[in-house]
Amino acid sequence: MNNSNNKDSRQAHAHIQKSFYEKTARNRIASIVDKDSFVEILKPGSVPTSPNLASLDITGSFDDGVIIGKAKIKDDAVYIIAQEGRFMGGAVGEMHGAKIVGMLLKALEEKPKAVVFFVDSGGVRLHEANAGLITISEIMRAMLKVRNAGIPIVTVIGGTNGAFGGMGICSCLSTHIIMTEEGRLALSGPEVIETLKGVEEFDSKDRALVWRVTGGKTRYLLGHVQVLVEDDIDEITQAIVDGIQLPIDTVDLDYLQQQQKGLQQQYDQWFGEKDSIAIWEGMGITEPESISMLSAKQVRAIKQG
Amino acid sequence: MQTQTILAELFPNELEYQIDNWVIRGSAETKAGKVEIIGTVDSAAINQAIAITLADAVLDVIAQGKKTPIVFIVDTQGQDSSRADELLCLNRTFAHLAACVDLLRRSEHPNLAIILGEAVSGGFLSYGLMANQIFALQSSQVKVMDLNAMSRVTKIPLDKLQSLSKTSAIFAPGVENFYKMGAVDEIWVNLDEHLVENAIESQRTHIQDFLTDNRRQVAKERDGRLLCNEIVDAVLSA
Repeated sequence: MNNSNNKDSRQAHAHIQKSFYEKTARNRIASIVDKDSFVEILKPGSVPTSPNLASLDITGSFDDGVIIGKAKIKDDAVYIIAQEGRFMGGAVGEMHGAKIVGMLLKALEEKPKAVVFFVDSGGVRLHEANAGLITISEIMRAMLKVRNAGIPIVTVIGGTNGAFGGMGICSCLSTHIIMTEEGRLALSGPEVIETLKGVEEFDSKDRALVWRVTGGKTRYLLGHVQVLVEDDIDEITQAIVDGIQLPIDTVDLDYLQQQQKGLQQQYDQWFGEKDSIAIWEGMGITEPESISMLSAKQVRAIKQG
Repeated sequence: MQTQTILAELFPNELEYQIDNWVIRGSAETKAGKVEIIGTVDSAAINQAIAITLADAVLDVIAQGKKTPIVFIVDTQGQDSSRADELLCLNRTFAHLAACVDLLRRSEHPNLAIILGEAVSGGFLSYGLMANQIFALQSSQVKVMDLNAMSRVTKIPLDKLQSLSKTSAIFAPGVENFYKMGAVDEIWVNLDEHLVENAIESQRTHIQDFLTDNRRQVAKERDGRLLCNEIVDAVLSA
């Protein structure tokens, strides 16, 4: 092996070590919060595993796929909610959802500086479908309460399952969304659309297309999320630190009327396009085909003009 | 039952409405005063245009500042699934619609959802499931996914799902299950003009109470969701 190969493999190794995408939810927390500051709530063993899954002969997880607790990030006291995409795709069942609702309601009482939410979920857990759907609406109500109490909810979407279904909706109730290029944010997953409408509507195996429709760069350039960063723990941590400090909007009539106007304008201008390249071109971005090759920093520079 | 027939039974007085692109918009007089009618019909697949129209109608009623009650009509097969809708972040538009319904609640407008036909998944979540109260016709279909599709996706044999659904309300379709889970307040068997006015008058006497989401307690009382209330309490007291 020659020197340059050694260097490449060292760089690749360093990249994986710094990757949010590659980490478990617990390691994401450990690598982002201040050292030894995380205190888990409902630790493994303190609550039973899901009886709803047990009755279907499925082995549950000791945390039901979501880790909650208190921590500090650069000395700010925050609450953390981190979905574990490796357990049932991060999907929301009864206990999983109740842990999130509990943490949000606790934030109303104890007023941390922010709630930091690592979303990594395909949405409702079908094995507990009714409970999952209803608890998502409970999460939505609780998120709006937290916002209206002046507490920011900073959401990071950069895991293996993205943010789909009900968790795609919940994510958009955050005050601040940080995405990586690898993160995906949508309602129906590409596989679902392909099954329902055919491969000509959405070829879910075309990864480049999936990213152009649901990925971080598209969401950032179209203004659906606030920040685009590389899949890098240090960049994500800095974006969280910055996001926590920003003033937040109260969800009142003025705010929602502004949002309404924005959604209507977006619809009038772009609805009917089926690929973001045409929209990027329409936005005046030169060489829109090259966006997929650019770094997060370069894409941010394009948006900021 | 046809939408028209049902609405005429619920609102015999000064009922007016238009239906355009699956969206129903209208009003009626009741003993509790005028009510605004907003919703979807004919098993609408909710897309960007429908969600934007519903949100606009809700904001209009709030902007009038008269605390006029809203009756949401729910008949949806769920979200529309298309690349054009997803490219413009359909989940974000749904979040906006849900936030509009939440503002309506916080602005002390009595509001309730009536499930006339279907209430499925994301389409139901975006407005009906956010209302103060939900009433469902006995004939209505409330679900996330039918058991055949669920069996296919989860790889759990259909007969196992069918047999478990006899004792558990957790996953199987059905208005009774959503009642047990705390999401449906009442199942309406016979329709008359007093149902809506009674609900509105009752809400007016304790409108602030609806700002606290008590569905997990209701679900426990009805043996639907046995765990979630306990878990939330455990987190709060940790």
